[in-house]
Amino acid sequence: MAEEKAKPRMPIESGCPDGFQYMHPTMLKNYGNWDYHEHVRPGVLKHVAKSGDELYTVKVGTQRQLGPYEINLLCDIIDQYADGHVRFTLRGTMEIPVADASKVDALVEAITDAGYPIGGTANSVTFISHTQGWLHCDIPGTDASGVVKSMMDELYDEFTHEEMPNRVHITTSCCQINCGGQGDIAINVQHTKPPKINHDLVSNVCERPSVVARCPVAAIRPAMVNGRPSLEVDEKKCICCGACFPPCPPMQINDAEHTKIAIWVGGKNSNARSKPMFHKLVAAGIPNNAPRWPEAAAIVKKILACYKEDAKDWERIGDWIERIGWPRFFEMTELPFTRFHIDNWRGARHTLNASAHIRF
Amino acid sequence: MSTPKNPEKHASYLPKEKKSKKPFHDTPNLDELEKGPWPSFVTGLKRLAMESDMMVDLLGQLEHSYNTRLGYWKGGTLSVFGYGGGIIPRFSEVGDMFPESKEFHTLRVQPAPANHYSTDMLRQLSNSWNKYGSGLIAFHGQTGNIMFIGAKSDQVQHFFDEINEYGWDLGGAGPCVRTAMACVGSGRCEMSNLDEQRIHRELVNNFMDDMHRPALPYKFKFKVSGCANDCMNSIQRSDFSVIGTWRDDMKVDQEEWKKYVAEKGRQHVHDNIISRCPTSALTLNDDDTLEVNNKDCVRCMHCLNVVPKALSPGDDKGATILIGGKRTLKIGDLFGTVVIPFKKLDTDEDHEELVELAEEIIDFWAENGLEHERCGEMIDRIGLANFLEGIGVDVDPNMVAHPRTSNYVRMDKWDEEAAKWEERKKAG
Repeated sequence: MAEEKAKPRMPIESGCPDGFQYMHPTMLKNYGNWDYHEHVRPGVLKHVAKSGDELYTVKVGTQRQLGPYEINLLCDIIDQYADGHVRFTLRGTMEIPVADASKVDALVEAITDAGYPIGGTANSVTFISHTQGWLHCDIPGTDASGVVKSMMDELYDEFTHEEMPNRVHITTSCCQINCGGQGDIAINVQHTKPPKINHDLVSNVCERPSVVARCPVAAIRPAMVNGRPSLEVDEKKCICCGACFPPCPPMQINDAEHTKIAIWVGGKNSNARSKPMFHKLVAAGIPNNAPRWPEAAAIVKKILACYKEDAKDWERIGDWIERIGWPRFFEMTELPFTRFHIDNWRGARHTLNASAHIRF
Repeated sequence: MSTPKNPEKHASYLPKEKKSKKPFHDTPNLDELEKGPWPSFVTGLKRLAMESDMMVDLLGQLEHSYNTRLGYWKGGTLSVFGYGGGIIPRFSEVGDMFPESKEFHTLRVQPAPANHYSTDMLRQLSNSWNKYGSGLIAFHGQTGNIMFIGAKSDQVQHFFDEINEYGWDLGGAGPCVRTAMACVGSGRCEMSNLDEQRIHRELVNNFMDDMHRPALPYKFKFKVSGCANDCMNSIQRSDFSVIGTWRDDMKVDQEEWKKYVAEKGRQHVHDNIISRCPTSALTLNDDDTLEVNNKDCVRCMHCLNVVPKALSPGDDKGATILIGGKRTLKIGDLFGTVVIPFKKLDTDEDHEELVELAEEIIDFWAENGLEHERCGEMIDRIGLANFLEGIGVDVDPNMVAHPRTSNYVRMDKWDEEAAKWEERKKAG
């Protein structure tokens, strides 16, 4: 019956599923009872449990967006050469656990043969965590997938080798909300002009008080434009952050020319040695040069080369700069230091040098 | 350099003939991204386009974005029956040019803690998505969801119904409790101090109503890291960060330690371990044994990371809870800060208390947060002391980097507050 058929199905609010049902049996058996780990080779970890059980992990770089061809290929390899289980890291690498040491070489060979890199462990440049970009986001200034693919092509050897002083986490974000998060190096969109407003659409599309409330510097106010209720931006106050664009699409912040890329360094999530750190601005005004972003890639590679050359073992990029000081960082990387590097947001005085500590 | 061999040789995994009716659009920009050694997402999209007109037009729109350097997706309202969130609707602004992909919605689905899968389950999810959507899946989004990218409006419900029947549920989108994240932790890592699998599910699954029917001031994220290495970036990226730690002495296997010193040399040990301890809590003795001043140790994890075979966490394990981490919008980046210095998580009661704390915090924030104000921003606005009073947590010197430096504060209730401290001290 039509009514019977149209009756919607109620969802099962099961929430986050039980992970134990998908876990590799050696992980399950030794859950909470691991003893130590070793680095077998770049991209391969060995964990030893208190029971004496061993588990090898082969770490694989992927496209992050996978279709059925990639999924079936990788799953067949995992079934044939490993144990039918897999997990993903938060940076988008695949980790394939395998219990039998004698299977590792064949697994590595099969993965490599299929065109996927093995690496991203320990003091390597691991996979760049990234956001959606032009493929799917509603507010992107660039295409994270393209930036990441371009960068990883350039940094391929650094992914497959462990030759950095410590691990390097690179992130990308397609707008200033910065979904990519903190990175040792962050490659993020930075807008440089105020939004262009389509006044014909604002009153129909935007909830004006919420848009006004969203502005971090109170630069937006309601206004009548051409006889219609709209919004106007005090362009002297505007910091071009783009926060008004998501709640009000007629306030277009993206621009083919004026949407730029900025590079930030020294973010660190770990508490090891120093406390966690936010990344700091080092370069901006970089063209959003699809499809390969060569200017951004050149700066990232330059920073990495200086870090690789000069940092001590275990120093993350942020630790390294704290030791050598910012003047030396700008000298080594040959990047200009400008008035824009000096913070003027709330709490900014805590970022200034309130001491006579000067390096010569 | 290890050069990957041609993946095209795995011919059985590639679409054999073009089944999609639409001819491919010219994509000279995207074609550039098929070059180079890293696996190409463009090649993946093209494989899908061999069988799907939607993906043919999706590639066309993406190329258009590369040409004009602008995005063309707009949001909207779309959900599955019974829920208010979990879907990211996407309607194309250039649907006239690329009509087959004018609807291209994403479903956010919660993975298991630490993103474990069997290959059977990955295949099953992929098959379901092929049936109703584009076939393209992102593992995973930045909040931790499996992102099923690219469904038409009339297919969203069917796909959800199918995977919901075999154990998968939508994640959060909008002003709600979001999908949580946990590290691999106890599953594989000797540094872990927590049962991450249990904590992750207990916390987030308690708030399914707050996830599926968005009605909070803004987003609220839980992240669980088994130790202070914080592989989940929880201090920077979550409103409620659970980090494993221990409060007794760290363990030193002196035999393994001495082996390490003998192998690497004393200079190396000084340069890489002893001098790197942030609180100078380590001493390399003349007999090559290690002395640890556990009272000074802050459990930063550095020395354990360097010599995992010799150094391990103690036995009296638990969690430090930090509240209020977030990214830029609106007032600027905030770290989470300590609200519970140490929470034992052994018994069922301990775990219930953790969930109750989360309820207390979310309730207080739901009541007092402004629209679009994250929990950390609310704390910034009202002050940590008021927040603690609101959620019924006592102050503790572990919550500050240092006491206040400004005397602009009214303190006529000093005696009362000092008495509370003395009382708590007496109560132990």
